[in-house]
Amino acid sequence: MHILLNQVIAQAGSIILGKEHPIRLALSCLLARGHLLIEDLPGVGKTTLAHVLATTLGLRFNRIQFTSDLMPADILGVAVYERGTGEFRFHPGPIFAHLVLADEINRATPKTQSALLEAMEEQQVTSEGETRPLPEPFFVIATQNPANQIGTFPLPESQLDRFLLRIELGYPEAAAERALLAGRDRRELLAELKPVLSPAQLVQAQELARAVTVSPALLDYVQALLEYSRRSPRFLTGLSPRAGLALLGAARAWALLAGRDFVLPEDVQIVLPHVVGHRLQQAQGDTLGGSASLAAWFAEVAVP
Amino acid sequence: MIPPRPGRLWLLGSLTAVLLPPLLRLPPWFTAYCLTLLGWRLAIDLRGWPLPRRRLHLLTTLAGIGAVLLGYRTLFGPEAGLALLSVMLCLKLLELRNLRDAMLAIFLGWFLVAGVFLVVEPSIFLGGYLLLTVLLLTAALIVLSHPVAQTGSPRFYLQLAATMLLQALPIMFFLFLLFPRLPGPLWHMPKNPNLGRTGMEDHMTPGSIARLAESEEIAFRVQFKGEIPPADQLYWRGPVLWSTDGRRWDQLRGAAMPWFSKPASHQALGTEVRYALTLEPNNERWLFALELPATIPRGFNLTGDFQLLQRRKVNTRQRFELAAHPRYRTGPLAEEERRLSLELPEGRNPRSRALARQWSTLPPAQIVQTGLSLFREQPFWYTRLPPLLGSEAMDEFIFDSRRGFCEHYAAAFVTLMRGAGVPARVVTGYQGGEHNPLADYLIVRQSRAHAWAEVWLEQEGWRRIDPTAVIPAARMDAESDQQRFRSTTPLLLDSGQSWLTRNLARLRYGWDALDNGWNLWVMGYNRLRQEELLGRLGLLRFGWQGAVAVMLTTTALVLAVVLLRLLLQGRSQTEPVLRLYARYCRRLARIGLSRAPHEGPAAFARRAAGARPDLAPEIAEISELYIGLRYGHANNDTALPHLQAAVKRFRPPAKAR
Repeated sequence: MHILLNQVIAQAGSIILGKEHPIRLALSCLLARGHLLIEDLPGVGKTTLAHVLATTLGLRFNRIQFTSDLMPADILGVAVYERGTGEFRFHPGPIFAHLVLADEINRATPKTQSALLEAMEEQQVTSEGETRPLPEPFFVIATQNPANQIGTFPLPESQLDRFLLRIELGYPEAAAERALLAGRDRRELLAELKPVLSPAQLVQAQELARAVTVSPALLDYVQALLEYSRRSPRFLTGLSPRAGLALLGAARAWALLAGRDFVLPEDVQIVLPHVVGHRLQQAQGDTLGGSASLAAWFAEVAVP
Repeated sequence: MIPPRPGRLWLLGSLTAVLLPPLLRLPPWFTAYCLTLLGWRLAIDLRGWPLPRRRLHLLTTLAGIGAVLLGYRTLFGPEAGLALLSVMLCLKLLELRNLRDAMLAIFLGWFLVAGVFLVVEPSIFLGGYLLLTVLLLTAALIVLSHPVAQTGSPRFYLQLAATMLLQALPIMFFLFLLFPRLPGPLWHMPKNPNLGRTGMEDHMTPGSIARLAESEEIAFRVQFKGEIPPADQLYWRGPVLWSTDGRRWDQLRGAAMPWFSKPASHQALGTEVRYALTLEPNNERWLFALELPATIPRGFNLTGDFQLLQRRKVNTRQRFELAAHPRYRTGPLAEEERRLSLELPEGRNPRSRALARQWSTLPPAQIVQTGLSLFREQPFWYTRLPPLLGSEAMDEFIFDSRRGFCEHYAAAFVTLMRGAGVPARVVTGYQGGEHNPLADYLIVRQSRAHAWAEVWLEQEGWRRIDPTAVIPAARMDAESDQQRFRSTTPLLLDSGQSWLTRNLARLRYGWDALDNGWNLWVMGYNRLRQEELLGRLGLLRFGWQGAVAVMLTTTALVLAVVLLRLLLQGRSQTEPVLRLYARYCRRLARIGLSRAPHEGPAAFARRAAGARPDLAPEIAEISELYIGLRYGHANNDTALPHLQAAVKRFRPPAKAR
């Protein structure tokens, strides 16, 4: 399984050049059954990343472009009256897919945003009094423009909490960018991709990630981190127990990707900025620094 | 980064507490100025006001310095220095931009506490308060510098601060005992000599002692070695007054000085009484010794009329070991002395002089008795509120008003004796004292101020006569005065008083005992007492160098213990896995590769192996075993011996092979 997962990473890396770390994080998020939030400027490859992952993992993929006039029904689906049968028939919306890319989620109104987020949380859609389960595995990649752009509805903290990880892609390095500019069109390459894993194998990998061992010593460390976030003057409020679970889940998936069946403090340290970045608010006026400064702050916690 | 708000509020609160004692001493415009700045800071913290602009800040600073200059005419000296320091501290709060500024403000606060100690010479109450402010400052420092403690309760910080201060206590104790005490102005800041203090004056007019007797301030405290003498022998001798204009009495001046400064001598009749006297600062030169002084302390002169005078004025609280002869006989009367002790102003108080002239044929001892019986038998009243007297004061008192306080009786008696040809003089000082039953010493308050007479008789020399003591109790106004010559037991502790009065009095005496102990052992711990202590410890022959050596050794010992504990902390791990890993880390640290506290084992191994490729295999082996044991599934029984062996083998050379 470890070999297969590495193949996934290698294939995705052949399309999105020089971004192995974000790809690994995105894959761990998927293995931990979490949803992913990508926050970055337009044009750095957010959509491509979602597309590559879907193809490589053999998942059914839908993309929803969020706009300010998008309605909940545009996502979830509607019941339409059919003259032939004389009945209402449910037309599933684009959310009924394995992997949903919710592009520019903060452009939609809060009502629409919460429709998506509820579906994400409950893994099902309730419409016209009927509950319909979403396919398994189900995975949402939402992209978000930096909050200070015009015409955005920032997601409230309680909803940001639904995303397991938040990652940034950033500009590519010079060499990777050169290769990108000189190489073939990414769309053509995408079309040629073959799935590496089947959905069933992906579910199996998720099971494996859940079984990764967490030793008491590691739990001590995680608790120390949570405690630190609650007592540090830098943050308005501390991390919730749910955040602690998320941290453990992501660290397990990361350990699995590294080919281990137990979690190391280093795994926690790597996923930590991406797990807590969107869950913490800084006490002072200035905005929360990037993952580098978060990592530096949490480095005040000693590994027991 | 500006420190977060809770830290800033702690800082402001603790500094306000520190500033309180100086603010209460400073002139009101200072207090207003400082309070305005503190309020401004509060508005910055609570309301988000901006920090003052540079120009405004400069203006405020100049205003503060101007106020100090205006108030004290100088920027130097203890009082002006304290004012300046307070102003600077308040100004510092208005330019709080980062953590460093806040730390600086805390250190300034500590400095101010020390400044208050030097300038004010605090009572036990103020001392306790200052200690509390030190606790607050330390807690504020913890809040500022300890991010992990941020959301803890105030109790948490205070507890931590108290623990830290308690840990510092032994060092403080040793420093207090052994730090060399320097004589002179470095240690005791010179005091403002114009500070108003109530106390005995060097002259006496009718009513002056009665005014002094209104004050309950403490003049001095006395601890007897052995039994306290009876109350009617407790006469504390102060200024002796010789010359009069008929109303006012003065000490000797001018031409009489050479004789005056010649030491007097006396012959003791009976045993001497030993005692220790703690004199409150009174800005005068005399020491109120028990009659008659048998020892002359260092730095004092005994005058021809048995006053103990210090060469410099008494501006600090001082303790003296003294002895007295309650029964004595003085020598013959010198010619100059006889002339001075018979002198009366011409033409003043004619009625009194006429009365005295009638007695002059009697033998001197009988003249004294006649004078006393006049006060005893005629309707003379003893009162704290005597009627005012004119220029013929003695005549008015003896023949008309007949109501007076001790100075009236002493002056009238001496006038009559001199008129009848018996050498006499007025002695002022204190009489009696109240016994503090809780700590066995006498408290002598200003209310005990007294004046009495001395007459010279052929066989006895100078003899004390207290004309006030002959007034029957029935003719005394105040209950306290009736008891004054009879007992040192405080009236308030009398069994006739109510339960509440007695217990309040007990409380008061307990407090005074505490205050006295503080004065003696903390404030009064001077060079002499230090030498005494060092002598008892057998260190005196090493001098202050010995004290410094002991101090340094103690400090070094304490530090060594702390260091040892810190070092042992790594070894004291109970789990063998952790102990082995700690040993491995120590060995790597010795060759310059120390693990950062947040560094995980794998990351550390990668870094260490990168730095020392020659050690990579061993590092990889140990890390792998450790990781397996601590985080993975490795079996304790099988993997632990491997780890043990690997760590034991692991002896990294300082240089790469």
